[in-house]
Amino acid sequence: MRKNYNYEQRKYIIVGFMLLVVLFYLGRLFSLQILDNEYSKTLANDNALYTRIQYPSRGLIYDRKGRLMVGNQPIYNLMVITREVQPFDTLDLCCTLGITYDQYRERWRNMTNRRLNPGYSPYSLQCIFPYLTVEEYGVLQEKLFRYPGFYIQNQSVRQYVYDVGANIVGNIREVSTQELQQDNYYVQGDYIGDFGVEKWYENYLRGEKGEKVFLRDAYGGVKTHYDGADDKEAIPGKNLTLAIDVELQAYGEKLMQNKAGAIVAIEPETGEILALVSSPTYKPSLLIGRERGNNYKELLENPYKPLYDRAIMGTYPPGSTFKPTQGLIFLQENIITPYTAYSCRGGFIASGIKVACHAHESPLTLIPAISTSCNAYFCHGFKDMLDNVAKYGSSGAAFEVWKNYIVKMGYGYCLGVDLPGESRGFIPNNDFYSKIYGVNGWGPLTLISISIGQGEILATPLQIANLAATIANRGYYIPPHVVKEIENEDIDEIYSQPHYTGIAPNHYETIISGMRMSMISGTCRIGEIPDVEACGKTGTAQNPHGKDHSAFMGFAPRENPRIAIAVYVENAGWGASYGVPIGSLMMEKYLKGEIAPSRKWLEERMMQANTLIFSEEE
Amino acid sequence: MIRGRNIWYSIDWYTVILYLILIVWGLASIYETNFEAESLSNLFRFNTLAGKQLLWIFLSLATAFFVMMLDSRTLIALSYPLYIIFLALLILTLFVAPDIRGSRSWIVLGPLSLQPAEYALFGTVLALSKMIDNYDFNLTKFSCFFRACALILLPAFLILMQKETGIAIVYISLLFILYREGMSSLFLFAAFCAITYFILIVKYASVVWFMTPVGAWIVLTIILLVLAFMVSLYLRQVRFFRMTLLVALITEGIGIVVSRYLYAFNLLYIAWTLLVLALLAAVALYFKTFKRRLWIAVAFAVFSCLFLKSVDYIFTHLLEPYQRTRIEIALGVTDDPKGGGYNVHQAKIAIGSGGFLGKGFLNATQTKLRYIPEQHTDFIFCTIGEAQGFCGTAGVLILFSLLLVRIIQLAERQRLVFGRVYGYSIAAIIFFHLAINIGMVVGIVPVIGIPLPFFSYGGSSLWTFTLLLFTLLCLDASREDILLR
Repeated sequence: MRKNYNYEQRKYIIVGFMLLVVLFYLGRLFSLQILDNEYSKTLANDNALYTRIQYPSRGLIYDRKGRLMVGNQPIYNLMVITREVQPFDTLDLCCTLGITYDQYRERWRNMTNRRLNPGYSPYSLQCIFPYLTVEEYGVLQEKLFRYPGFYIQNQSVRQYVYDVGANIVGNIREVSTQELQQDNYYVQGDYIGDFGVEKWYENYLRGEKGEKVFLRDAYGGVKTHYDGADDKEAIPGKNLTLAIDVELQAYGEKLMQNKAGAIVAIEPETGEILALVSSPTYKPSLLIGRERGNNYKELLENPYKPLYDRAIMGTYPPGSTFKPTQGLIFLQENIITPYTAYSCRGGFIASGIKVACHAHESPLTLIPAISTSCNAYFCHGFKDMLDNVAKYGSSGAAFEVWKNYIVKMGYGYCLGVDLPGESRGFIPNNDFYSKIYGVNGWGPLTLISISIGQGEILATPLQIANLAATIANRGYYIPPHVVKEIENEDIDEIYSQPHYTGIAPNHYETIISGMRMSMISGTCRIGEIPDVEACGKTGTAQNPHGKDHSAFMGFAPRENPRIAIAVYVENAGWGASYGVPIGSLMMEKYLKGEIAPSRKWLEERMMQANTLIFSEEE
Repeated sequence: MIRGRNIWYSIDWYTVILYLILIVWGLASIYETNFEAESLSNLFRFNTLAGKQLLWIFLSLATAFFVMMLDSRTLIALSYPLYIIFLALLILTLFVAPDIRGSRSWIVLGPLSLQPAEYALFGTVLALSKMIDNYDFNLTKFSCFFRACALILLPAFLILMQKETGIAIVYISLLFILYREGMSSLFLFAAFCAITYFILIVKYASVVWFMTPVGAWIVLTIILLVLAFMVSLYLRQVRFFRMTLLVALITEGIGIVVSRYLYAFNLLYIAWTLLVLALLAAVALYFKTFKRRLWIAVAFAVFSCLFLKSVDYIFTHLLEPYQRTRIEIALGVTDDPKGGGYNVHQAKIAIGSGGFLGKGFLNATQTKLRYIPEQHTDFIFCTIGEAQGFCGTAGVLILFSLLLVRIIQLAERQRLVFGRVYGYSIAAIIFFHLAINIGMVVGIVPVIGIPLPFFSYGGSSLWTFTLLLFTLLCLDASREDILLR
């Protein structure tokens, strides 16, 4: 009864086919599991091991006397794991947080929106309400058990003990997408320094993140701590000691309130910046916490640009503070001697050009020319130098010599301060004028105004203060810097190397005599400090856009100077009206610790004065 | 009824032992997928997956024992009634089943849910065996062939209507039995060609070489060569094939060179021309030799061309978008590890990370941390791959091979056609599940929800396979009795 005998052979084909498929799968598995399994193993670990970042504490910032300026403080964020949330008394939570139910709903929507919050997962902690105050935290902590799925996570933010020097210390903010791409140290949500030393010394301050390895499941839920072998302790950031004297800084900011401008004070011997005031400024604490965004926006939109550090970024015509450089060059180049006298009858007049001057004796030598800030004297000197074809060959060559001295004194290029955004100012050279006027189309008279710090010349207040430091040092400067020490590290060696100006120290003594005389009987006399031999030079920079800028450059004491200073007040008129008083008060404050009773009135007047009203005319 | 036998003596212990190893290994794997360090001894707590599976194993063993107690003649007699009952149930399901995740295949009776589709296979196999067992039945006759196909495809169609593609597709495996019982190998060849063409066209759908769509061009060339081969085979002379091959090589070769260096044009024109010429030649040869089988070759080529033209339509219109994605992923056309390809991607990672020896029992991180969806059901093979490595996966494949060969041995030693067909059916069903499931896990077969027999979690699957297998053992145990008939 059996049939289909002739088909019996087909069993071999069937069995053969089955075994062939099995064999094929064996080969496939062999290649997947043995030949090519490294890739899978890595992916499997990436899958299963979750590395939680351990954040280091950020380095602290001290002032030069060891006073804590910037510390860290904990803040509290209300976090939520949406999957764990069960129905609860929403209104109660809203009341505790001081928000309306609608605000709560909106926050929830924003948090769960993957476009706004790409890291959203219903299985992991998400921040629903950041920056709780300590009081809110206290109340919420008590009630937290009533809100299943909600947690409080603490986080470290900056604390500003003195709340001054925003342009120096800077602040921290969440890392941007661009920075994320540039440096793979950061992950989304990390903090990074913005402005000031927080930005410049970011790599020291941030420390090094640690790692703790956990096992996790496919939903991103963390299971347990792994074996610990791959864990890494976080290394705290390095503390910084600034060269800034925080009290002097605070005092300077107070003097500069309601004025636009800058004060830069340098310790001449070391190049350490004692104070770096930019006004108008803001409290650094505005940029922490819940209101950061709004405050930042307001600062950005403020017409006086408080975020702009005028002390190192602002470029101004240096005005008469530039005259000492001229005296020095002329002396060094033997254009004049200390006894050379020029006449000044109300100014410098030549070939139809007149640079006006104010009333003073005439003719006069270099020392009184400095002390009375005679324009004509320096115009004559400059003309004599550029006309000295016998010595230099041409005006152009003479101008190059002149320019090189100016550059060596720290103008025209960045000084290399350890803060982001420094400007280089502007010092024209031969080519610059040849391009404008043609190769031989210009002579000393064409650019005569640069000899008194006007015209094309632009300098930052930092460069002006640096000039005061080179004079105080009699011929050299050390690049100014705000950071004095980094914990267990050396600061950059450029901040210990002197730069010489190439001008003999004895010429400096002449200039210093002039600057001293200026304080006693010249343009700076309002700034004479009792018992301190201060030297100074006023500056009144003409401003085509509005009222003149008031400037001052000086140092004290005359022998072994401890402070060199530049003050620049925008649209404030004569150098003597704001620059000198503020500069002298700063020096007095630093050297004596307090202001003499006889000068209290001046202090009060400076603090109350408002020159911003003039700036508004611009 | 003559009970001249002791089942403990006549049962095929070889199969039983393989069966026991497989289910115990499967239980261990399920335990592993659901293992949590903090609840070590939960194998005997019946609220866990492994505990539930253990319960099903006991139930299955009880069923096996019950089946062994049955008289094989009862089973044979029940074939058609069972088939009809299942068909009725399937039709009923269509009307009463609620929509559970897009599938309408569950009959809910209070706390109890039944999926008739799962058990209908048993009835179909029995009915098919009974049909072929009929003395007059001859598969080379068209009417018989048609009846067999209808018997297989009717329940498959009903199940497809319940949106259970995975279960319906298993019925395809029954083609194997038809082949063993005398179906022309042309059908298998046609199926093979269809699958090959489909894969080639989908895989190279977007590949264009100069002006030539590569997929269609390769398939067209293959159709031409198959035609030439069949003509040569039927005429019993090699010349036609040799000439076609030569002409094809030369013309296509010139076409490639011209297209590459001189003037880019669509090589499909050459391929079509050659095919039409070859078809004309085949028809001409018929009028010379009058060999009717030449028409088979011509028809085969024509249907191949129609298929080629309609693949695109089938692929984009008849298949659901998710099915298209799964196919494209399996063919390596697209790669979407976060979306449609997530399962396969994670499965490959888990298996690959197992290495040679694996990470050890209960040490599989991917499995333990639930990276693979359905890891205790359709993707259970991943757990074995990760925990026991290549040793484990090869072990499973070898065990299944032994079981399959043994089942075919059992089938071949049956004295009734019924038993043989039934045996082959079981072998084909198990093989089909194995091939699709493992192929899907290692990423060479599109994802289809098909369990791995004896391993995958799920009571009804285990119970069905036990029933199917022990019915064969019952038939086998009583094969001697048949002589008495």
